Amino acid sequence: MSLLKIEDVTMNFGGLTALKSFNLQLMPGEIVGLIGPNGAGKTTVFNIITGVYEPSQGRIFFMDQEITGMRPDLITKAGIARTFQNIRLFPGLSVMENVLIANHLHLKANYLEAVFKLPSYRREERQMREKSLALLERVGLIDLRDEQASALPYGLQRRLEIARALATDPKLLLLDEPAAGMNPKEAEDLTTFIKEIQTEFDLTIFLIEHHMDVVMNISERIYVLDYGMMIASGKPEAVQNNQRVIEAYLGVNENAED
Amino acid sequence: MSIDLFLQHLSNGISLGSLYALIAIGYTMVYGILRLINFAHGDIFMMATYFAFFGIATFRIPWFITFPLVLVLTAALGMGVEAVAYRPLRDAPKISLLISAIGASFFLENLTIVLFGGVPRPFPAPKLFTDVVQVGTVAIQKLTFYIPIVTVLALLGLVYLINKTKTGMAMRAVSMDHETAQVMGININRTISFTFGLGSLLAAVGGIMWGMKFPQIQPLMGVVPGLKCFIAAVIGGIGNIGGAVIGGFILGIGEIMLVAFLPNLTGYRDAFAFVLLILILMSKPTGILGEKTAEKV
Repeated sequence: MSLLKIEDVTMNFGGLTALKSFNLQLMPGEIVGLIGPNGAGKTTVFNIITGVYEPSQGRIFFMDQEITGMRPDLITKAGIARTFQNIRLFPGLSVMENVLIANHLHLKANYLEAVFKLPSYRREERQMREKSLALLERVGLIDLRDEQASALPYGLQRRLEIARALATDPKLLLLDEPAAGMNPKEAEDLTTFIKEIQTEFDLTIFLIEHHMDVVMNISERIYVLDYGMMIASGKPEAVQNNQRVIEAYLGVNENAED
Repeated sequence: MSIDLFLQHLSNGISLGSLYALIAIGYTMVYGILRLINFAHGDIFMMATYFAFFGIATFRIPWFITFPLVLVLTAALGMGVEAVAYRPLRDAPKISLLISAIGASFFLENLTIVLFGGVPRPFPAPKLFTDVVQVGTVAIQKLTFYIPIVTVLALLGLVYLINKTKTGMAMRAVSMDHETAQVMGININRTISFTFGLGSLLAAVGGIMWGMKFPQIQPLMGVVPGLKCFIAAVIGGIGNIGGAVIGGFILGIGEIMLVAFLPNLTGYRDAFAFVLLILILMSKPTGILGEKTAEKV
């Protein structure tokens, strides 16, 4: 049984087709990469999965439940979390609050209980707090918990974003260029980190990445997008040697483009 | 000017400033979360005074039941305005939202005229609040003391709610980034609705006390205070709650002192707010506590 299934999804923005007849399946426990030149539609795939965009066509299933067109907060509740290409923490909130807020979606308490802090709510909240602290401890940000998120150095902001995503208790974690802007050493640490959390939190991970070292090393399978079309998929080695992939990255007759 | 008289003016200024602050918070909170100037806010404030009027004068409900009821009704009204006039335009250009806000404002004003008539009505202030006490040589309404006390309590409640509760954290998160907040599992519609409810509730607190202090209500009474409180929010730095409070007090105290010290400028009382706005924005374009806005690249 697949965890996530994307069936023939097309996404149009006005006259522009960002994604065309896209199909994808993720099995539980896999780490799968999504690569492609800039503007290929990779982030669009993430936005469709998380409900930020509603696809123009096609259907999406998560654990056999259709999630096409569902509200993003409900999709998050169903068990899909993500990070962003350009880090999008809540800059004015503290490190701890950033994690807490993602945790809070599990609170059963309603507004009144929350505002007046009734005992049942307090108990729940204490558990959330402990869980958040444990998570911060795990990612090594525990000593920085009272800092403003925007005050963290770049690499740690990336880590916090992952911690925040983990706080929603996801089954599927979408990472949008987690290694962007990292040097080789940092990228290597990140690779180890991602593998660790994958086992520890029993995750399925789907990641977009430009760092070829990272993506080839970490992924069991890779999908390649170009101009909104899937041009290849398969094991890293196979994809690496695929003629169409090489053309997409290096260009055919023209000079290399970024 | 004798010290007694000065203190009387000061206490007047503080209570007027308190009312401005309570209303200004509604503008600033809505701006913070939607980047929208809710022009209907002044009219929601006006509706609160009518709710109180009907509760006490028409239905003869005791004030201690009427007032909480007014808060609830006004909060519901604010949430209703959001659901009808703003929510359908969530993804529309900001200018559409602004025009809708102006429309909502006109609608509420004219609805009030149609339903309740344009004739000013006396606000049925409970005697308990309007009694006069003798302080030294001057006579001061008890209300003058109650207003700042109630305001401070309301503000403490607000600060607690925003900083210490789940709902408050959700409000802060949504005001920073709608999309990310949603992806973190926050229901943004509910959070925005709650923000309108809360802002309207504070406007109702202000409205009830305003009605007792200036005991005559009419359908257009929200226009000028609404504008002034909007100015107060801008002076303080729109989007910043502390700023709205500071702006409210500066405006309230400044206005009373202008009249007290320069009696022949009394006619310019309403212009004072605008002049002050211009002066402050010339030196601090984002308001007193406003942050410098960094261009997004």
